Amino acid sequence: MSMELDVFVGNTTVLDQDVYQLWLDGHTVSDAVRIRMEAGALQECEANAEVLHSDTTDQFRTFQMCERLLQSPSKVANQLLFQIPPHRQTMLIERYYEFDSVFAREVLGKKLSKGTKKDLDDISSKTGIALKSCRRQFDNFKRVFKVVEELKGPLVENIQRHFLLSDVLARDYAAIVFFANSRFEAGKRKLQYLSFQDFAFCAGQLISYWTVGAVDNMMEDLDVDLEKDFLHDLKDLKVLVNDKDMLDQHKSLVCAQLRGKIKVFSEMEANFKNLSRALVNIASKLTHTKDFRDLFIDLVEKLIEPCRSDKWTIGDLRLFLKHYSSSVHMLEAFRHQVIWDRYMSVIKSCILKMYHD
Amino acid sequence: MPGKLKAKIVAGRHLPVMDRASDLTDAFVEVKFGNTTFKTDVYPKSLNPQWNSEWFKFEVDDEDLQDEPLQITVLDHDTYSANDAIGKVYIDIDPLLCSEAATVISGWLPIYDTIHGIRGEINVLVKVDLFNDLNRFRQSSCGVKFFCTTSIPRCYRAVMVHGFVEELVVNEDPEYQWIDRIRTPRASNEARQRLIFLMSGELQRKIGLKVLEMGGNAVVGYLQCFDLEGESGLVVRAIGTACTLEKISTFPATATHPNNSSPSKDMKDSPQAAPSTLGCRSTHSSPVHSASSRLSQGFSVSVPTLLFAGMKPRHRSSEVPRARQCRPGFGEEAPGVPLSSGPPTPLRAQTFSSFSPSKSYSRQSSSSDTELSLTPKTVGIFLCPSTPALESESSPLPSAHLPCHLRPGMASRSTTPPPLHISQSDTAMLRKSVSFSEELLLAVSGMGSGGSAGKEAGPLKALLRQQTQSALEQREYPFFTLTAFPPGFLLHVGGVVSARSVKLLDRIHNPALGNTRSYKLLDWNSFTADEPETRDAWWEEIRQEIKSHAKALGCHAVVGYSESTSICEEVCILSASGTAAVLSSRFMQDGPLDTEHRLSRQPLCVFSTGSERVEGDMGSSASLGFEEVVSPGCGFCHIPYDELNIPFPAQLTYCYCCRRYKVPDVLFTTIDLPTEANVTGKGCLIQARLCRTKKKAQGEGNATAISSLLPFLEYELHTQLMNKLKLRGMNALFGLRIQISVGETMLLGLASATGVYLTALPSPGGIQIAGKTPSDITYEQHISTMQKKINDTIDKNKELYEINPPEVVEEIIGSPIPEPRQRSRLFRSHSESSDEVSELDLSHGKKDAFVLEIDDTDAVEDIHALLTDSPTPAGFYSCNTEIMPGIQNWTSAIQMFTSVRVFRLNANLTNQGLNKIFSDLCENLLKSLYFKLRSMVPCCLCHLNFTVAIPEDELIQVAVTAVAMSFDKEQPLENGKQSGEKTLIKAITENDEQLQFNLELNAETSSHNPLSSPKGLSEVGSHLSARASSLEKASPLPEGRSRSLRSNRSYSGSSVAVVKMTPLSFIPGAKIIKYLGIINMFFIRETSSLREEGGVSGFLHTFIAEVFAMVRAHVAALGGNAVVSYSMKECVFMENPNKNQAQCLINVSGDAVIFVRESELESTSVQTQSATTHTSNGGEGT
Repeated sequence: MSMELDVFVGNTTVLDQDVYQLWLDGHTVSDAVRIRMEAGALQECEANAEVLHSDTTDQFRTFQMCERLLQSPSKVANQLLFQIPPHRQTMLIERYYEFDSVFAREVLGKKLSKGTKKDLDDISSKTGIALKSCRRQFDNFKRVFKVVEELKGPLVENIQRHFLLSDVLARDYAAIVFFANSRFEAGKRKLQYLSFQDFAFCAGQLISYWTVGAVDNMMEDLDVDLEKDFLHDLKDLKVLVNDKDMLDQHKSLVCAQLRGKIKVFSEMEANFKNLSRALVNIASKLTHTKDFRDLFIDLVEKLIEPCRSDKWTIGDLRLFLKHYSSSVHMLEAFRHQVIWDRYMSVIKSCILKMYHD
Repeated sequence: MPGKLKAKIVAGRHLPVMDRASDLTDAFVEVKFGNTTFKTDVYPKSLNPQWNSEWFKFEVDDEDLQDEPLQITVLDHDTYSANDAIGKVYIDIDPLLCSEAATVISGWLPIYDTIHGIRGEINVLVKVDLFNDLNRFRQSSCGVKFFCTTSIPRCYRAVMVHGFVEELVVNEDPEYQWIDRIRTPRASNEARQRLIFLMSGELQRKIGLKVLEMGGNAVVGYLQCFDLEGESGLVVRAIGTACTLEKISTFPATATHPNNSSPSKDMKDSPQAAPSTLGCRSTHSSPVHSASSRLSQGFSVSVPTLLFAGMKPRHRSSEVPRARQCRPGFGEEAPGVPLSSGPPTPLRAQTFSSFSPSKSYSRQSSSSDTELSLTPKTVGIFLCPSTPALESESSPLPSAHLPCHLRPGMASRSTTPPPLHISQSDTAMLRKSVSFSEELLLAVSGMGSGGSAGKEAGPLKALLRQQTQSALEQREYPFFTLTAFPPGFLLHVGGVVSARSVKLLDRIHNPALGNTRSYKLLDWNSFTADEPETRDAWWEEIRQEIKSHAKALGCHAVVGYSESTSICEEVCILSASGTAAVLSSRFMQDGPLDTEHRLSRQPLCVFSTGSERVEGDMGSSASLGFEEVVSPGCGFCHIPYDELNIPFPAQLTYCYCCRRYKVPDVLFTTIDLPTEANVTGKGCLIQARLCRTKKKAQGEGNATAISSLLPFLEYELHTQLMNKLKLRGMNALFGLRIQISVGETMLLGLASATGVYLTALPSPGGIQIAGKTPSDITYEQHISTMQKKINDTIDKNKELYEINPPEVVEEIIGSPIPEPRQRSRLFRSHSESSDEVSELDLSHGKKDAFVLEIDDTDAVEDIHALLTDSPTPAGFYSCNTEIMPGIQNWTSAIQMFTSVRVFRLNANLTNQGLNKIFSDLCENLLKSLYFKLRSMVPCCLCHLNFTVAIPEDELIQVAVTAVAMSFDKEQPLENGKQSGEKTLIKAITENDEQLQFNLELNAETSSHNPLSSPKGLSEVGSHLSARASSLEKASPLPEGRSRSLRSNRSYSGSSVAVVKMTPLSFIPGAKIIKYLGIINMFFIRETSSLREEGGVSGFLHTFIAEVFAMVRAHVAALGGNAVVSYSMKECVFMENPNKNQAQCLINVSGDAVIFVRESELESTSVQTQSATTHTSNGGEGT
């Protein structure tokens, strides 16, 4: 004796958000039933295990049928198979594209290719996220990447329009696409302490100020390639460390501003030249792909670690960076103010974001 | 006469990839109607082609327009090999043929393939230019409106109700033709889909012709079914109620309606008020016992003895050799008098009525039939002196005119010869079934004056009743498929009448076999009469039987009538059931006889559902002095039969509402709860479920086995229903539907109904348990605990359903408070045969005890389990009628759903085991539904429609379609309390404005304000549809490779119009402003990759979702935003897991409508009111 077939179809598709989450998390039906029971679903409506199982199976099947549509969200609104109210459609799509930042952190900067997909098993066991869920998230990254790769216009907007995601989520995807596109090194051990959100923030900064799209948002192709001219111009900043006078002048200006304001003044004073050299060198080398990919590792090694070993507080660092970048304006011999500001504003916020344990 | 059909193919979207190499498709479209085909150009390399074709024009007969669907095929062009079909769209042109329905079909329709399901969508435009057909001999019936709704559709009013229409067409089933062995499953499925499309088109056309012949313009309660008889063919049959409907908005027309100016001014007594009991003394035996008796003997015992005494058996020669009966002894009577010797009659109807109304003598139709119910009664006052003998119901038609019609037996019994003028009028009406002849009016007025001359009310009423009855009786079948009636139409309800017949299927004679035009349909009518009449003759038998049962209950009509079949291999059970009733003649063919309209405050419009007001009626009838109508809340419960000759043992008491007329103790009906009914507390779904094993057998043996099982099955179902009803402390069932399914090794019976406590009926007794061997002490204890449990359950239920009837001082028979001794009696598994049982029953009935006898301790558990269905969870109500009494403030949240379950049984189960499994299956299904819909609480599952089937040996399939409707909890409590008030009416007649505007019109006739509001409505409708289509047009996706997404900013809004679906005839909180036509769709889906599609559940889930999607898309294309009276008629699922295959057939139907939210309505109508005041008449009909 067994139930051969058991279906429930509503004219308006019946969707349970909690079950949806369980499905997204990659649980099996029996797992999901157990979790729901533990959550007290049996108290509702005098249900029994059988009812719960039937409902869960049915919901899972519904989601599976919807999945094809969710993979091209623009179709959800004008497909005819499921009648879903708009706010529910939004919920379905948003949730489907939501991801675990732990997972995203693992994938960050990696090539979204099949080879990486094989690593999903490892990621799954490392993060404790079900493999099924990992696959979905990875496929989402890949899909979004593939679609926006060839679109012109602002990245975030493209993602939002094409995948109908919320602003926040679209920005996260932009970061992932940006990292995957630029192939930033994010997997090194030294970078492990950084969270996805840290990187996402930095990516946002880079996208907003350094990319092609930041200047002209009607460029062909992906606008997240960094602006070549800008990177080239960054080489001119070398004068700040190569010209001894300028370096000294810069140092004295910064010291004058900071004296008494930061606790680590002496360390700063001692290290100023190293720090400044590091910042300017990073800038000048960004044209090389290799160095560019190492941007974050460089920031950590050359700036964050020295400061951290000198026990700078974040406040100290903020003040330092503020005056470090602004005092350049007082250097009369320095002619690349615009480039400098564009560079420093991004670097400053990135460093500050990354400066934690 | 020709019409011009025009079609334009605009675009496609979401097409599947047909060319693996390019991941694209080179699509083109073939548009086919009849034998003409057009093609579009190939739109290369796109999944979203823009054909934007010219208008393809088909010049065709309107007959073809009705029969044929427009067939659109989307194909992928292939240079080197044959073009691949992507899928098809069938478009039913019918809604475009009626001026009041849709004018254009425009929108995105799913492209459907029977193997792959929906594969993209296509945007089409279809129009029809129809020339008026004045040909008298035309074969088409364009313009006749069809409604699935089983009440008068909202926004219409019934000018006249003509009565029953039926038709059936038969054909070979393509699936069983030889060619099927060599063609692909796809080709076979498509042949079948197309055939059924054609057959339903033809069927509808023919029914339409009948309606026109009767003078009607619409069919309400249209019920179409398929019988997949396998080898022996395919039957498509339909029944409905022919009406003349009038749009409510065309208001001024009413004033001049002939009905209104009927000359019978003096006639004070309207026939509707004279339904007293005069009629039919019948020896109809108790519902239960007669069933068993008849079945086992193959003919009814009681009915024939009275009604058909002295009657000469007549047989239609044609059917004798044809009908292979499973009854032994049939042959003896076989060589009957051929009917053809009788005088030819102008109407086919007469031919039929000559058909003797029962198997009792012919022994042809076999087996089971039962009247399930007991019922109300009426007036004792007007009892005719010669009660038993005077058969006023026998049709008083002079035999000279209609020899076939006469029932010799009855005529000879009637002591008073019918007045001559009545027969005149009858003849007249028969001759001219359409509307009123002068002759008739004369007869009427004559009659009227005669009536008023007589001082005595009794005889007059009798006379009038006769008249009403004869008006009904001259019809072939006084049946109505309606389940809801305007107040005042339904006078008395007699109880459920049902008939079943077991038949052996035989190859339907089909002369077109081997003919090249094999798709051309066959209607047996048009062929040589030698053979293929069986299917129709079968139904005739059943209907006659129903008719005679109704008579036995003192009723002249059957309402809530429906027919169904269950087929297994070569055995077919035909079932028909309805509710015997006495109707007011007001809306019948003899409408002009009725004077009441004139006195009514709302001339004629009383009928329109929604606008009717009971008060109006009450007022008028009260002024006429008819008490029966004074208390409409209980009138329908009063027994229609004669108290002294109760057709079955029933306890009669004086009505608890009016205290004047007798009512039965329990009332079973197949109709919806009348709006005016007084109900105490809430109702609930009551189901009786039964499973009976049966030996495997072949042919006649099998049929015999089934026939002998049927009575017991039916009897036990009835017992269960009765027990469960009592257990809930209720006394009436509405919407009763008993379904019997045959399988190879078992029979399934499922009876569903909505139980309520009718205030007018006595409080039901409790249930007393008695043991057979009261020797053992422990056994006694068992029984007493049992008894206690049952009593507790009853108390709990009373609380749950808020049943606390006002205490009444008991005057006559039985007290309202249950005492053990005072229950109607109940048997468990009696196996005595026929005559004895009915004897027994009569005597026991008088003893009047409701005792549950149990044999042993096992049975105790059994009974308890049986009786205690788990109650609905808090916040839920359920019913299988349209709405739940006592709930009024529905919100607009509705959720229609279909749920299907198939359960595999172990072999070798006992009856008990089977019963338990089946019962659990249904209970669990209900539980699952509650759980699924818990977010809608508080809510009521309405119109819960269960369908059971035995698709294979050891498989039970249960399909449920229903709607969940939320309501506001803050229901005015006081309303619920005063059960005496007609709280329900307000709930149903949500069209309050309409009423006001009726009244207004009457108050100040020159006022034009009300006129503009319908205009407003229709404008809103067109706005809606315009908006929907414009949205859709804007939505084609840009090309896949295009990068210009920047311009496509429409992502936020949904471009698909929301289409609501409901099995009910209305949408809460909204007003239906236009009916766009009937939706009747048939789909087949097949797969040979079952596992890949998610197994059987995945396969069926997708298919049902696809069917919903297609229904919605077609409704939206018609400009509609909802389907009402939706139902899934057929869901035949077959699987072969070993071959990884499955096939499913689904048939759905409903009415496409445009509705407007009441809130929107107010604002828009105000606007348009100020804009246009007088020119509104032209606004309609566009």
